[in-house]
Order: sequence, then C-alpha cells, then structure tokens
Amino acid sequence: MSAEAKPPEEKSTLVRIGEWFDMRLSFRESILPPIVHKIPSSSGSWWYVFGSATLLCFVMQIVTGMCLALVYVPAADQAWNSLEYLNYQQPLGWFLRGLHFWGSNFMVTLMTIHLVQVFLFGAFKYPRELTWVVGCVLFLCVIGMAFTGQVMRFDQDAYWGLGIGIAIMGRFPVVGESLVHLVLGGPIIGAEALSRFFTLHVFVIPGVLLMLIGLHLWLVIKVGINEWPMPGRLVTREKYLDDYHEEIERDGEPFVPQGVRKDLVFSGLVLIALFAAAAILGPDGPNGQPDPTLINTVPRPDFFFLWLFAALALLPPYLETPLILTAPLVLLALAFALPFYSNLGEKSWKRRPGAWILVITVFLMLGTLAYLGLSSPWSPHMDAWSGVPTPVQYVRGRTPLELQGAILVQQKQCRNCHSLGGQGGLRGPALDDIATVQTPDEMIRQVLQGDGNMPAYGKHLRPQEVTALIAFLKTMRPAYEPPQQNSTVPSVPGAPG
Amino acid sequence: MADGDDPKHETPGELPPVNRRGFLMGLGVTLNVIGAAMVGVPVVGYIAGALRQRSYQAWIPLGQVVDFPEGECRLASYENPYTVPWDGFTAKVPCWVRRKGARDFQVFAINCAHLGCPVRWFPESQLFMCPCHGGVYYADGSRASGPPPRGLYEYEYELRGKELWVRGGQIPTLSGPV
Repeated sequence: MSAEAKPPEEKSTLVRIGEWFDMRLSFRESILPPIVHKIPSSSGSWWYVFGSATLLCFVMQIVTGMCLALVYVPAADQAWNSLEYLNYQQPLGWFLRGLHFWGSNFMVTLMTIHLVQVFLFGAFKYPRELTWVVGCVLFLCVIGMAFTGQVMRFDQDAYWGLGIGIAIMGRFPVVGESLVHLVLGGPIIGAEALSRFFTLHVFVIPGVLLMLIGLHLWLVIKVGINEWPMPGRLVTREKYLDDYHEEIERDGEPFVPQGVRKDLVFSGLVLIALFAAAAILGPDGPNGQPDPTLINTVPRPDFFFLWLFAALALLPPYLETPLILTAPLVLLALAFALPFYSNLGEKSWKRRPGAWILVITVFLMLGTLAYLGLSSPWSPHMDAWSGVPTPVQYVRGRTPLELQGAILVQQKQCRNCHSLGGQGGLRGPALDDIATVQTPDEMIRQVLQGDGNMPAYGKHLRPQEVTALIAFLKTMRPAYEPPQQNSTVPSVPGAPG
Repeated sequence: MADGDDPKHETPGELPPVNRRGFLMGLGVTLNVIGAAMVGVPVVGYIAGALRQRSYQAWIPLGQVVDFPEGECRLASYENPYTVPWDGFTAKVPCWVRRKGARDFQVFAINCAHLGCPVRWFPESQLFMCPCHGGVYYADGSRASGPPPRGLYEYEYELRGKELWVRGGQIPTLSGPV
C-alpha cells in the first residue's frame, strides 16, 4: 500500500536524523527492500488494483469500527438503543455507521473481484499455491465479518437472521443441540449470543485477518506478484522461476513508486466512492427492535447472504439437510485444493475456457438466487388477503354466488399465495386464467385435498363455500379462451355425460 | 560438568546424555505444558460453559386458562427461565397456544421447523404461515406445505389449577426440539 517514505536525502540534517533512526531500526535493510522490490512491469495493470483496494477497505473498517465501538453497547438490552443514538444523536454517528456499512459492502465486492481476477489470471499456480490458500481463508474470514457484523446491527433482521444460522447448525445430527448452545452461549438468542458475536467480530476474526493479511502480503513479496499471463507461456516447475526472474531483470520496475501508481489512483477513487455512498445513502437500519414477540416481521439477510437465503427456499426438502451440512465443506475443499490439482500449465484466461465458464456459471447462479431472494416469490404475501383489492374486471357482471366466491378468495387468504391481476403472492399459480388450466372438478379436489405445495382446505370450507368458490374460479378465464374440459367426459353433443 | 558439554546427539539412535542444559530445557517444556493445561482447561470450560447444562428445560407459567378461548389460537409469551439481566427484549419468547377443548391444548413454538423464522397464525384459513421460505402448517401444527421437514415444535403442557404451564427453555432446532 502507500509507502512509508523515508526522509529524502537532500538536507544533511534530515539525512542525519534519518540515519540516527536507521542505525537503531535498520529499516533500510528490513522494510525498504520489500517496498522497492522489483515487479514485472506487466503486473502494473489496472487488473491488479483490487487486492490493494480490499486492503484499503479493511483499514477503513478498522478505523470506522473503532469509532463505532466508542458508542455502541454490545449488550442485548442496549445495542439497538445505542444504534439509534448513533444514527440520531451522536454527531456524525450516522456517517460513521454509513462508512462502516458501505465499507463492508465495498470490501466484499472488491475482494470478490480480486478473487475472480487471480483465478482467471492463473495466479494460484506454481509457485503461488500458498498465497491462494491463505487468500481463501481470508475470504472466509471476511464473509465471517459480514455475517457477524449483520448480528451487531441488533434488530429484527439480525435476530431472525441469526436464528436461521442457528437452525442450520441445529440440523447437525447428535451434536447440533450442543453446537447451538455453544455458539449462542446459552439456550436462546440473547445477551450472551450478542456478546459472543461481538467478540468474534471485534477481536477474534480481525486478529486472524491481521495475521493472515500479513502472511498473504509476505507471500506476494517473497514469491513475487503474478506476471501478466501470456497465452502459450506454460508454467513448468523447472523453468518458471528462472523465466520470472529473467522477466524482472529484463522488464521490471520497483513496486514503489512505479508499481503502486494505479493502486493509488484506484484506492483514491474507492475512498471517494465510499464517502459518497455513506453521505448519500447513509447507514443501514437498524430496523425494528429485536423483540421476539413482535412476530409481524419479514426477515431478510444482507445482500451477501441473499443467494443462500434463496437456495434454502428452493432446495427440495429431502436434499436440504445433507446438502447444507456437506456442500459447503466439499466446495471449500475444492476451492482450497485448486492450486494442487491445477498446478502447472496454461495461465492465461484466453486458453482456459473452463475457468470462464465456471466464473460465469457461478455468478449467474449467485445473481439469479440473489434476485429471487429479493423478491422471495416462495413466501406468502402476508397482507395480500386483507390489503389488496380484487380487480374490478373480476367482479363486474358476476352473479351473487360468484361474488361470494370472490370474497372467499380474499377471506380464506388464497391471495397470500395466488395473485389476481398481478397482485398477491407468487407461491402458487396466478388465478387469472385458472379456468383454462383446471376443470371445476380438479379445482374442487385441489382446494379440498391440497397438493404439491398447497395446503388442504377440506376441513375449513363448508360445502356451500366450496360451491361459491368454484363458481367464481370457473369465471376466471379470458373471453377468447375456452375453459378446460374433462377429457374423460365425451364432448360429442348428445353423448351420455 | 564441563562447560563444553555437547548438547547435540553424538550417535544417532542413542539417547542424548542427560546434562544440566538438557534437563533445564526438558523442565522448561514440561512446566509450560503443565501450565498451559492448567490455564487452558479452565478457559475452554469457560467458553463452553453453556454446555454444562445438558438440556434447558423448565416448567413455565404461560397465563390464565381463561385467557385462551376455546377453539382459538392465541399468541402468548413468557420470560425464558434461563436469562441474564441484560437480555432485554430477547428474554421474552413468544409461542402459539391453541385451545381445542376445556382441558385440551396445543402449544407451538413460534419458530418454523425449517429455519426458525416466526410463523403467523391465520384464523380465517386456519393455517400458520412463515414469512421466510413459505412454510405452511395446519392448525394442529402438522406440515401443510413448503420446505419444513416436520410439523411445528410443540411444547409439553400442564394445567395447574387455573394456569397453563409449558415446559421449555431453549430455542428449538431439529436436533433439540423445544
């Protein structure tokens, strides 16, 4: 990152002061060489700025985090109040909260871009395997910071979001219950749980991060930064290091100042963007206070976990427990081991279509899931039955019996899962043209017995209510489309029905 | 005991001769291992303190029986029996009480059996619905649709005089219901 510049050797007094310090500190032997060590000039690319920008975000998170810790109270009965105090009473508290919130978003985003870049540039290959592995651990730590940070914003989302994490842990056979109590520090989500997550967020994970960032940078300096991957230049264990050093001899430049210019420009832009995001968009939450008895809440995680939230809704139930307990471990093992099963050979993304396909596939999956997580079409719209009007065209010209059915569609909360005129839940099919899809008999069976994802309403509908409901649903089709017909009943005129 | 004792192995396969330096090194390592265990075991015990209690179960008064009309399902809440004074709101635990008959109750945990979100009761359709991933349960707590792998978690209950008591104390999960 930015250089701890030494006193320039111009004035003899300055030089003398510098030498006085250096005689005691020997920075010229220890710290100076890494700062001015030569890197391939091909690495001075705009693609190589994301790692340093992630580091900048981390420094920002430490600074803003310490500022927030001056006011934030990590106790379950005061945390929410102290966040409100930060937002509305502490001078610039809202801005610091905004910086910390957007800093975490920026950090996760920039780190992800950095990860994709080193993956596509083959930087994980020989001899940088360890750099990759340490980077993977760093990635996990940052995701851990994001999750524990979401708990620090101790509101309803934090409370129930933590509940989701706990429910996943509780699925472990045998040890699940103990694991839950260990993580929560007790039997419920309460003060001790918040304190534990505070300790993780403020002491444990940042400590690990600091050490591992040091190791990551040490490796980047010692093994050398990845050169720009030229298609066709294959990595071999015999020749790679010689070639790399030869390239540095031929076309190298010192890290400071030549190598950091683009990093500096980009970091400056990131800082300005961070300022703008915090100043314009402000902090996030807290939303409702973490009172478990306020159950009219719709918990949603922060965007980094929306894809997971969506995946958990869409997995088939029989796959869910085995998959959420093993898939993360398998995927992590595959990611960690990447440099060991893809150690040599082609580095350039131009000759590694598999890498592209993987990146595109993963991002399409995550993006699609996150998008679905935002709209959550699987969730009933809790207020649709009482809060959304029946479209006028479905009421006009209907008989009293059909109107009674229209009322039942609202009153029995059908619309929490079924939409009319584009409004209502999306869990079940829209009812606008249901008569073109199901015959009245099929509708009756579906309503009474339920099927697939639909509960059975047989016990809670009187026969005359079913009659009214079906009378209404029979009218639900466009005028130009015939109703669905029962194939077992011959439609030949005059034939016995 | 000459100062020039060679601490290195002279012949491989043989034990090094015991001398003062070797003894001190061994003593130092041993003392540190013992000390680390003496300090470390209590630290681990402290962190894992919540595990001392095998299960968190206690009888809790939920309220007067008359507060729960027959044939209806009402939201109740209790103060969790295992709390610390700075728990604040979070010490309170809500639950659904369904009174089927004069002395016939069902008390459900608020947490969806899928991933723990708070389920809501809809008397009109006689269903519990979850806002997170679309789990739906019938009035008797059995799974109606959606991802939950089982019905709602149910508390054990008892009628003591005019009061309804339930047995609970921990957040229910698949491996440790209620």
